[in-house]
Amino acid sequence: MSLILASINYWVTIILMIGGLYIVVAHGNMVKKLVGLGIFQTSVYLLFLSPGKILGGTAPIISEKFEVYSNPLPHVLILTAIVVGVATIALGMALVVRINEAYGTIEDDEVHEMEQE
Amino acid sequence: MVAAVIGVIRSRNLFVVVILGGIYSFLMATVMVALDAVDVAMTEAAVGAGMSTVLLLAVLGLVKTREAPLRHSPFIPLLVCFLTGAVLIYGTLDLPPFGRQDTPTNQHVAPYYIKNSVKETGSPNIVTAVLASYRGYDTLGETTVIFTGGIGVLILLSTSRRRREKQSSKKDSLT
Amino acid sequence: MIRDTIILRVVIKLLLPAILLFALYVQFHGDYGPGGGFQAGVAAAAAIILYGLVFGVSAARKIMPQKLLFSLIPIGVLVFSGTGIVSWFFGANYLDYSPFGSDSKSGQHLGILIVELGVFITVFSTMLAIFYSFAGRSEALPSNLENDK
Repeated sequence: MSLILASINYWVTIILMIGGLYIVVAHGNMVKKLVGLGIFQTSVYLLFLSPGKILGGTAPIISEKFEVYSNPLPHVLILTAIVVGVATIALGMALVVRINEAYGTIEDDEVHEMEQE
Repeated sequence: MVAAVIGVIRSRNLFVVVILGGIYSFLMATVMVALDAVDVAMTEAAVGAGMSTVLLLAVLGLVKTREAPLRHSPFIPLLVCFLTGAVLIYGTLDLPPFGRQDTPTNQHVAPYYIKNSVKETGSPNIVTAVLASYRGYDTLGETTVIFTGGIGVLILLSTSRRRREKQSSKKDSLT
Repeated sequence: MIRDTIILRVVIKLLLPAILLFALYVQFHGDYGPGGGFQAGVAAAAAIILYGLVFGVSAARKIMPQKLLFSLIPIGVLVFSGTGIVSWFFGANYLDYSPFGSDSKSGQHLGILIVELGVFITVFSTMLAIFYSFAGRSEALPSNLENDK
């Protein structure tokens, strides 16, 4: 039990990651796949941020009242990752729109069938 | 948060999926506040919950909003996911426990940043100091990535209009 | 698009300056509190997007013309990378802001502000350009369908 509590952050991360992975692998709808990718991505943010947290620490903004600060480095990395994430998802959505115009559907099975014919 | 993810998996209405994705992002932002990452939480609330939800809704205005039922049985994907999860959980056994100061992640360069950033950059917010000054190269590269992503979207969505006009004029000439 | 609801229109007009002001606050207070170029860029873009959602994209294009946006996207990146080149002229390493001010601390401070400005311009214009291209497409769609018929 203490083992689970000590690494609770990783457990939450893994559950969310598996949820996102399942959506991406099992579902054929491309918009849903994009949402799944977003969930997967957010779980990775959690994976980076949670080891930087120090119990009893505070947000990394220097003030004389506090001594212990959480690790600022993962915050920087994830800050940039979030904005890059939205740019890549926007690119994915642009591709979905173009696929929809070319094939009239956004289900990858149907696109595959049309390719076969 | 897990409930929102399960809702995303089960729902076939894509509007519900997108809105649940937004709710999930917002919950994630509150978790980030709890993890002391205020800058990141602010970005996640603005970008994840606001911007990408709006963009996805704009896409839903262009495509069908119902998902087709699954054609394959979900057994193999489930198996793959559970295997991956088991491997990952096995991996967590060696990771440092939550919330300690003496873990390797918190001993590498972070103490240097915390100690010296005010002295060297005059900015009490360490995240801003590291982002713009110590790791300026990273941020430059990342700005370039956003730039490239934006250009990609613009190219994908704007040239096609011209092409479509060409196609329709071709059709007209054929008929 | 919602065009007939007067409550939305009035509330948006009241909210718009507040959001833009908040974005500027986040931008220039980023050294002292949470915030910075990324958050400010997204907040400012969100203000214009809100306006565009209620009043229509063509109205939003009037207050933020598309041509200006397209030129702003590279300008942001150029501001960032240009800062690095300016520090070459001062004899320092690329993206080392120390020589900008009288001492290295104020120089670093100024450098951070300029770089964040570059990030702000890029994020703001890219987000808005992406929104314009998606929303412009959905507005253009019905007419295309008619053409196909």
